[in-house]
Amino acid sequence: MDPVLEITDLKVGVDTGRQVHSVLDGVSLKLTPGKTLGVVGESGCGKSMTALSTMGLLPDRFAVSGGSIKLMGEDLLAAKPARMRELRGNAISMIFQEPMTALNPVLTVERQIAEVVELHQGKTGAEAREIALEMLRAVQIPSPEDRLAAYPHELSGGMRQRVMIAIALACRPKVIIADEPTTALDVTVQAQIFRLLRELQDQTETAIMLITHDLGAVAEMADEVAVLYAGKCVESGPVREILSNPSHPYTRGLMACTPRLRLGAAAASAAEEGLGEIPGMVPPLGRFPKACRFAPRCALADARCHAEAPPVVPTGPDHSALCWHTNKMEQVA
Amino acid sequence: MKPLLDVKDLKVHFPLANGSSVHAVDGVSFQVNEGDSFGIVGESGSGKSTTAQALMRLVDPVAGSIKLDKHDLGALEGEALRTLRHMLQMVFQDPYSSLNPRLRAGQAVREPLDLMGLGPARGRDKRVDEMFRAVGLHPDAKRLFPHQFSGGQRQRLCIARAMVTEPRLIVCDEPVSALDVAIQAQILNLLKKLQIEKHLTYVFISHDLAVVQHLCTHVAVMYLGEFVETAPTQELFASAKHPYTWSLMAAALSPDDTTPSTDRFTVTGEPPSPINPPKGCRFAGRCPFATDTCRAEKPPVKTFAEGHKVACHYAGELTPPLPELAAHAA
Repeated sequence: MDPVLEITDLKVGVDTGRQVHSVLDGVSLKLTPGKTLGVVGESGCGKSMTALSTMGLLPDRFAVSGGSIKLMGEDLLAAKPARMRELRGNAISMIFQEPMTALNPVLTVERQIAEVVELHQGKTGAEAREIALEMLRAVQIPSPEDRLAAYPHELSGGMRQRVMIAIALACRPKVIIADEPTTALDVTVQAQIFRLLRELQDQTETAIMLITHDLGAVAEMADEVAVLYAGKCVESGPVREILSNPSHPYTRGLMACTPRLRLGAAAASAAEEGLGEIPGMVPPLGRFPKACRFAPRCALADARCHAEAPPVVPTGPDHSALCWHTNKMEQVA
Repeated sequence: MKPLLDVKDLKVHFPLANGSSVHAVDGVSFQVNEGDSFGIVGESGSGKSTTAQALMRLVDPVAGSIKLDKHDLGALEGEALRTLRHMLQMVFQDPYSSLNPRLRAGQAVREPLDLMGLGPARGRDKRVDEMFRAVGLHPDAKRLFPHQFSGGQRQRLCIARAMVTEPRLIVCDEPVSALDVAIQAQILNLLKKLQIEKHLTYVFISHDLAVVQHLCTHVAVMYLGEFVETAPTQELFASAKHPYTWSLMAAALSPDDTTPSTDRFTVTGEPPSPINPPKGCRFAGRCPFATDTCRAEKPPVKTFAEGHKVACHYAGELTPPLPELAAHAA
């Protein structure tokens, strides 16, 4: 199927006044209708910047310096601000991490959902209210009629996130970017929100870009995965491929760092299980290594890794990694 | 063996303007032996952080007792409490807000020694150096300010500050939940290493079952101010018996399992308000197994093998809805 959103060789930089530091360097991603792409990495790897570039919402001093972002063939980087306003919240919308700061505290739930359909679909009054109600039902908020008049502070975290999803979905967008949508929520509520997103996706064929640092969430939600490290996409492929046969030392490291729940008979051996580590941390902007950016933290790094940027190496069906040592992966954790 | 920490029927209520009160912690009892780590798991609002704060006497309990070694922590006041403070220290969730931005790292770690007058003044700098090395920081970093450290390094500083007084007990309140997964692993491994080296005792608060299974020797599952299930770690994860524990286990996501969890056990809704907690079992409103008995009567605490305690009317009678647990029970 044709991709609905295609990001090709995206380059983003931040201007510090003295020089321009690279934030994203040649990131390419594809979103397919009805499918979810998981974008994984630690803070500072460029996940949110990829999302904000796509939405045309990059903060001051951040600018796209190369590449293209195409939504159903239309180049978003060339789109005028007025055109972006038409598309945002309509064809492409975003679910933010912290529903309390993303929602407007002085507007009711009804107003915040109705606003979107009034702006983009020209609906008014009773019609907009009806859609708001329908959306609250769709996101399974109990007694939706009463909730229309509620303000964000009157809702729990899970309910607020449902409201934000309702706003994001009100215009039946082609693409939803969900930036750590469950990080602020409890695990049982996270399970409910993921289930809800999947059900809504099945009905609407929406493509989802799920930004997360949690490989468990990726396993649960994603069809495809892109792993970002220090502004580069270091590995991409189908979710099963990535998680069962990670081909970049960074992905391997993330897998080894994630504590696993061992239930039933497996609980007996859990105590002996160590937790892997990736030494060091993501380098700050402006200090990305010249050659392989992961080399200073990598167990496999040799002289070449520190001297020459690694190539993209195919490691399986639709699966590739940015590494000199893809054939030595079994040596990592 | 006499436990290092003995908490009996601890209650913390916060009064509201209208005369009612928030029952944040509502009758919690547990013991922690020296060298163990006691995990308290639950969702936000379950009272786990308030329990931690009550142990530290940062909030005052309305009832119950807290005994640390032979001291009655709950009853001490003023100077008597202050002189005991070096025995128990805390690591907070957010390493950004729990360090004074105007104090250099070295001063922050040294401050407890100065405040409590521990050790000869001249030896304190050396002690601070030792602590920096123990948590994996270079002593040269002493002159830096908190904003010059990353999140993981700040949490290392907080751990160094907590350990500098040679405490018997460290209360860790979600010490890794603000950190990225790779940094989280570093801090968990550090806590584990320090525990073995220094023979520390932890009370470890977390919402993440996998983290608790990894680090703790005993686990209590908390819901709306009460412990619903308590057991040694291995026993709990091998044969959990409370439906709420099951729901937490079922909601945990694993990178090893890419099948969507559609068929997995889930509970609906969210915890009720701790202002007027439900009369009977507090979980009954969300529990798929609940009966009229559950809604009307408070469940008794039943004890199973190895000190495994479950507060459920039907504990031991229900078949776990998780295949791993069901297979183990059979």
